[in-house]
Amino acid sequence: MPSDTDHILEQRASDTDRVWAALENVKDPEIPLISVVDLGIIPEVQIEDGRVTVQMCPTFAGCPALDMMREDVRNAVLSEGFEAVQVDVVFDPPWSTDRITPKGRRKLKEFGLAPPTKCNGNVTGDMLDQVRCPYCDSDRTTLESIFGPTLCRAIHYCNSCRQSFEQFKPV
Amino acid sequence: MSQETIEQLKPQVKTAIVDLLYRLADDHLILGHRNSEWTGLAPILEADIAFSSMAQDKMGHALAFYRLLHELGEPDPDTNAFLRSGEQYRCCSLVCLERGDWAQSVVRHFLFDEATRIRFEALEQSSYEPLAKVARKLRGELKYHTMHGQMNLDKLGDATEESHQRMQKALDRLFPHALGIFEPTEWDETLAAEGIQPRETELCETWRSQVTDLCSESGLAVPDDSEPIYGGRVGKHPEDLKKLLDDMQKVYRLDPDSEW
Repeated sequence: MPSDTDHILEQRASDTDRVWAALENVKDPEIPLISVVDLGIIPEVQIEDGRVTVQMCPTFAGCPALDMMREDVRNAVLSEGFEAVQVDVVFDPPWSTDRITPKGRRKLKEFGLAPPTKCNGNVTGDMLDQVRCPYCDSDRTTLESIFGPTLCRAIHYCNSCRQSFEQFKPV
Repeated sequence: MSQETIEQLKPQVKTAIVDLLYRLADDHLILGHRNSEWTGLAPILEADIAFSSMAQDKMGHALAFYRLLHELGEPDPDTNAFLRSGEQYRCCSLVCLERGDWAQSVVRHFLFDEATRIRFEALEQSSYEPLAKVARKLRGELKYHTMHGQMNLDKLGDATEESHQRMQKALDRLFPHALGIFEPTEWDETLAAEGIQPRETELCETWRSQVTDLCSESGLAVPDDSEPIYGGRVGKHPEDLKKLLDDMQKVYRLDPDSEW
């Protein structure tokens, strides 16, 4: 027979799972295939006395999608029946593209974006020169511009399938 | 940082941090605005996208610093950005100057971002943890700005006779203003003693030696007899800032209470 404490811990675990599951449905408005969880921007979820606190670390400091994602996160958790939800934007841990999950990287490629090279917080020119084409997997590609249509994308050209493509750039 | 820890800051230290944060925030906001003046006008599409992206980044970085100020009891970010008058800004003259030709914008961007890189590297170790966190967070983004700056300096420094001349002319004109990034303030000693930021003179020395090398690799010579142009850190700015603020604040001031 489980004790009361076990019961409370179990309940708390399942509540936390529900919050994470709800967050799986919140997508990046600019790349609607990838969730905020796979993007690696949710370092922690805490539940205390029915109050949910979700930590969120912004991708790029100037990203205009941040407020929208914050609101989406709040609404997703509220719709799971929790009454008090707080979303805290934190800079610690600092977000890096290394935080994107393997599933997230697959989704990026599916969306047509070359996934970012692992960088350990230190981007070098080489990482931007050696990028595989997300369409044909060729490594005969050239960097065209380190800035692209959104803050998180660089523009490359594939010399094999002869089309330009974008990369989710490593930071 | 918790409210409690903020309250524990000695008044003099808090004032010094606030002053430093205003310098950082205002430099980024004003340069961000200047960068955005190339949107739709830059010589080629990639350059246009680059300056527009950097403008957006700089605004984001300014916002991060204005938020830290707000935590310390200063007005909220929008009020600070849009409702102050010129003499209340603490930005250096380099970022205030009008856009100028392409060479001037590229050289300014290079000089400023190298200075920011060196400063952020130091701030990552700052004893004021909220500032250290922001510096660590922004490092990766700034890397793209310095890469872009160095790449363009390298390309234009010795591409053609005309590009070389224009770049050198811009460097000669801007260098005294760039030295003004490191204008000593009355708070330098406090900031250094508390481990918040090294002295401006120390940062300036590192910067000067590194940009001198980078310029020389690009066929450009840093003028060695430049007298620094100071004043920005105490609210004395070139006329150019007034025009910029009139433009930037016009819409916000129509109805400051609107929700944006």
